[in-house]
Amino acid sequence: MIVRRLGLVLAVVVLAVLVLAAAFPSLLTGADPNAADLLATLRPPSGDHWFGTDQNGRDMFARVVYGTRASLLIGVGAATLALVGGVLVGTLAAQGGRVGDQVVSRLLDVVLSVPGLLLVFLAAAVFGAGGGTAAIGLAIGAVPGFARVVRAEVMRIRGSHYVEAAYGFGATRLSVVLRHVVPNAVGPVFALAMVSLGAMIVASSSLSFVGLGPQPPTAEWGAMLAGARDFVSIAWWPTVFPGAAITLTVLAATVVGTRLQRAFDRKEAR
Amino acid sequence: MTGIVKPVVLRLAASVVVLWGAATATFFLLQATPGRTVDVLLARTQAGPEVRAQIVADYRLDDSLPTQYLTYLERLVTGDFGSSYVLRRPVVDAIGGQLPYSLQLIAATLVLTVIASALLAVVSANRRRWVQSSFDAIESLVVAVPPFWLGLVLMGVFSFTLRWLPAIGATSPLGLVLPAVALAAAPIAVLTRVLREGVLHALTEPFALTARSRGLSEVALRTRHVLRHAALPATALLGWIAGSLIGGAVIIEIVFARPGVGRLMLSAVQNKDMPVVTGVVLLAAAVFVVVTILVDLASRVIDPRVRG
Repeated sequence: MIVRRLGLVLAVVVLAVLVLAAAFPSLLTGADPNAADLLATLRPPSGDHWFGTDQNGRDMFARVVYGTRASLLIGVGAATLALVGGVLVGTLAAQGGRVGDQVVSRLLDVVLSVPGLLLVFLAAAVFGAGGGTAAIGLAIGAVPGFARVVRAEVMRIRGSHYVEAAYGFGATRLSVVLRHVVPNAVGPVFALAMVSLGAMIVASSSLSFVGLGPQPPTAEWGAMLAGARDFVSIAWWPTVFPGAAITLTVLAATVVGTRLQRAFDRKEAR
Repeated sequence: MTGIVKPVVLRLAASVVVLWGAATATFFLLQATPGRTVDVLLARTQAGPEVRAQIVADYRLDDSLPTQYLTYLERLVTGDFGSSYVLRRPVVDAIGGQLPYSLQLIAATLVLTVIASALLAVVSANRRRWVQSSFDAIESLVVAVPPFWLGLVLMGVFSFTLRWLPAIGATSPLGLVLPAVALAAAPIAVLTRVLREGVLHALTEPFALTARSRGLSEVALRTRHVLRHAALPATALLGWIAGSLIGGAVIIEIVFARPGVGRLMLSAVQNKDMPVVTGVVLLAAAVFVVVTILVDLASRVIDPRVRG
């Protein structure tokens, strides 16, 4: 129990540091992430450069810190879009009667049949590569998962006593959905968003790695790893630190998300 | 007999609907792409007027939208996915040439995933608290590691430092090891967790007690009886994993500079080679549909109760 509590506290601390780094990177490092020093390329970690320098002599620590914003933005954006889309689509499926439910479910099946990463490839081919395309593509791929949870939640809540009571007091269907059903369904969906945020960050960094994310010279963890790939044979630090940053971020988001999910599960079980 | 036929027919019908939906979506995406459709299909190539006229005729681009749509569907049904004017060859050939490499990688990953997670689940199914929480912690960590980064790290350690395995481009079985491990790590963690929960649950069932009372050893009980009970939820999950591996393989192929559909797809995206891009997407949808059917059949084989 103490170990678990400790894990949660650490995860929250990591997330807080990440938010700080994304909002005010200059508080964490005085170095300039884009200042190249061609006399100090690929230097191993030292007191001057905690994470060493990259192939252009840029300070890796500064790049990891300044890269936080771009790296998180796609994942957070995609999870938010997927959440909003999932709530809309899921509510529509639950409230749309048998026909609406069937149509929406079949459409979700179609989206599910294509792996999320390929949806982003498709979007990038049509609209061009970039952070926005990546976020929208990932969000579309994640909507079915959210919509299914929302649909199940809405159907569960719709059968509950307080909804019956609201109708008894003469509430209209729309006001019941907006006032009672959606607010009560949002909790578990938010927990799912937190859990899938991890997967989104892994996916978005993979996309940046292959050049379908934010374009250089933006410091972004996946893109930094793409640059480091050519030097794996001679230097470990340009590869290790950005990847460790991604892993730590995903781990923290997942720990907090699963804890939220368990909390909501317990609340429902009561 | 009808008990088996009906669900299979329903499943097939649902699959056809999914494929039709995917085909329709790609058709309208091509329509919605900025620029005239003939230019979209030609991507960034310079083509003479006779090639353009041929494309317009083939796709009936001068006709009404419904005619274009029906022509498009008809071509897909007959296995004609169009041509890549960038690669100057039919899409089917372009994908077919790369597909074996990707399938090798995905198959190796799946085999590794199944064997490793079955072993780990049997070994780690232990009621002691510290054993469970340490496996839990390791699994959470492994799932958080981006596969492409794991690939880079493995490459650094095993190819460049220890020099045990080839780093890039190798199509030999030995060259398959690192990409498959990088791709399998997260699925192994996810599957092990599900299998272990199944094993722990099955060990409390009366049949486990019966088997023990017959003098069956713990190892035999776990491998011969318990694992089969735990396999049902894991099979459904494995189907989902197989589907997501198609996306994951694309990235891993690029990390290890392996030939395959992933590299084909990436260069198609960079060149805006839409026939290839939509071809790969439709292929992925088809593979997903087939895998779903296979999973369905597999669960019937594993668990007679599902046969209904």
